[in-house]
Amino acid sequence: MSQPMDQQASGAGRGEPAQRRRRPLGRRDLLALVSLGLGGIGAAIIGVPFIGVLVAPLLRPEPGQWRTVGNADSFAIGSTTAVTFLDSSPLAWAGPAANTAAWLRRVGESEFEAFAVNCTHLGCPVRWIATANLFMCPCHGGVFYANGQVAAGPPQHPLVQYPVRVVAGEVQIQTSAVPIE
Amino acid sequence: MDGWLRPAKAVWLWFDERTGFSKPLDTALKHPVPPETADLKRGGWIYLEGVGTLTAFIIQVITGIALATLYIPSTANAYDSLQFITNSATLGSVLRGMHYFGASAMVLFIGLHMLRTFLTGSFKFPRELNWLSGVVLLIVTLIMAFTGQILRWDQDGVWSLVIAVEQAGRIPVIGTWIGRYLLAGKTFGATTLSRMFAYHVFFFPAIIFLVVGLHLYLVLHNGISELPRSSEPVDKKTYRQRYHERLARTGVPYFPDAAWHEIAFGVLMIIGIIILAAVVGPPKLGAPPDPANIQAQPRPDWYFLWYFALLALMRPSFENFFVILGPLVFFLVLFLIPFVAGSGQRSPIRRPWAPAIAVATVIIIGGFWRYGSVAPWSPRFEAQPLNAKQIGASSGPVYDGAQVFYNKGCEFCHTVDGQGGERGPDLTHVFQRLPVTTITGIIASGRGNMPAYVNNLTPQEMNDILAFLQAQNNASH
Repeated sequence: MSQPMDQQASGAGRGEPAQRRRRPLGRRDLLALVSLGLGGIGAAIIGVPFIGVLVAPLLRPEPGQWRTVGNADSFAIGSTTAVTFLDSSPLAWAGPAANTAAWLRRVGESEFEAFAVNCTHLGCPVRWIATANLFMCPCHGGVFYANGQVAAGPPQHPLVQYPVRVVAGEVQIQTSAVPIE
Repeated sequence: MDGWLRPAKAVWLWFDERTGFSKPLDTALKHPVPPETADLKRGGWIYLEGVGTLTAFIIQVITGIALATLYIPSTANAYDSLQFITNSATLGSVLRGMHYFGASAMVLFIGLHMLRTFLTGSFKFPRELNWLSGVVLLIVTLIMAFTGQILRWDQDGVWSLVIAVEQAGRIPVIGTWIGRYLLAGKTFGATTLSRMFAYHVFFFPAIIFLVVGLHLYLVLHNGISELPRSSEPVDKKTYRQRYHERLARTGVPYFPDAAWHEIAFGVLMIIGIIILAAVVGPPKLGAPPDPANIQAQPRPDWYFLWYFALLALMRPSFENFFVILGPLVFFLVLFLIPFVAGSGQRSPIRRPWAPAIAVATVIIIGGFWRYGSVAPWSPRFEAQPLNAKQIGASSGPVYDGAQVFYNKGCEFCHTVDGQGGERGPDLTHVFQRLPVTTITGIIASGRGNMPAYVNNLTPQEMNDILAFLQAQNNASH
């Protein structure tokens, strides 16, 4: 049997200051708290898959895969070539988004260097100017020497290098995360 | 006339009996507004930028929904679906154009609206919440503009996202995680685009709907701000009473006295946007979005060009702080304006800081914007080598020097005889400005934003370049 509303008031008359509640938690107060609490629990339960799907890709371990980019002998010694390879675990509908590029240089018989194409300033793809022996970025004027060291412009770090190896005459680059500062 | 009117009225009465809608509708439409806001000649025109922003948003929602019936947010198909929309779908090109110009209009008008409410002190009591909700809307609008360009998913879109990720990466400690959150993984992948689509189409529009709802409710609740008078600063104790007294004496109903010219402006805007969409057309789709395509020249859409310029010109040591703290501090300052600005005076004449800040902001952003559209700091990879006539020789050291000048990439950053890049100074008359020893030293060891060429030039090539530049200086250009 619910109490009428005026009996809930603590008896403050006109002109008297409102009295602080001194009696124990009434039924309505308990119901209000339960409503809020249950609502909070419901929101939290919905929130788990919502937040989970947003955050999961960051936490999933992605071991680097070795990708073949060509026959070692197809690269002249001293040349720097752009190569493309697939990311470590592309989804079926990824299309071109699954590609990563690198600048591959053959240094010796079976010695190779692979540079990430991302300029270390803000990530734009750097171009290799063969006649100038320089990497140049189109965005803000960053320039790198052939060894990846910063030559000019806003970048503060040398170009990131990917692990590269030669296995059975084939050059392989290891997939990595996009280099972020 | 009676024929259809009576049954229509009967339907409405049946509906209204059960919903009670006529009462709030009447309040909203007929509520009194200060008379000058309804009079274009007395200054009412300054309120039009508010309805301009709202109209732009409505255009975006409607054209956006239409585009979503054709667009495929999959990294493998997005580009093709956009080609289809632009080239094959009936009125698809117009739709894309409206969505692009609508976005431009929205960014432009939200800036104008912010300027106007700042200058007229409309953010002061009792409308502080209007300003605060407006700042939230500004942030979300910029996010929508950014994610929108990414959804175009061409070369520019893909690399814009990489740049945003790199900037996020500058945040200390959690930067890399935030960057990966934006990418939806450790590299670009299929889910990168679908995530941006969900943000742009569902998540942020939901926020806009909610906050715009609050924003418009507040305009009704607190009343539209009257034109400020320097003799009547806001007094919190008496403002509401005086406002309502004034309305009772001289107020005019919002609809149709003030509403008609707001609707007219909205319609003009719609017509303008559709004409632009049909005549100028949507932004041309760049190259397909392959992160392995290295011949990219990423550029943000026009409304971010000023920020692009700012990043290019900033000192590298300062950049880390600015990229993160800059936007934070800027928006924090915006949020604090109602609390730190004086609470009374609204007229811009008596608040000289307000017009000064407004003018300074417009000039600074305008200057960076102009600079960003020219982008002199980007190497001009498309520059062509000088021909024999420009070189003034077809063989010998001067001619060879010109070839070295092009092959070593000098021309990408330096102009000679009106051709080349603007990253570095014009070198046509450099021999007039500097002695040959200085020029040689700069080429060899670099300077400022120029790399050192000491390991990249043979002594013969160095002499050839000097001969070439000397000849350029001597020739009468």
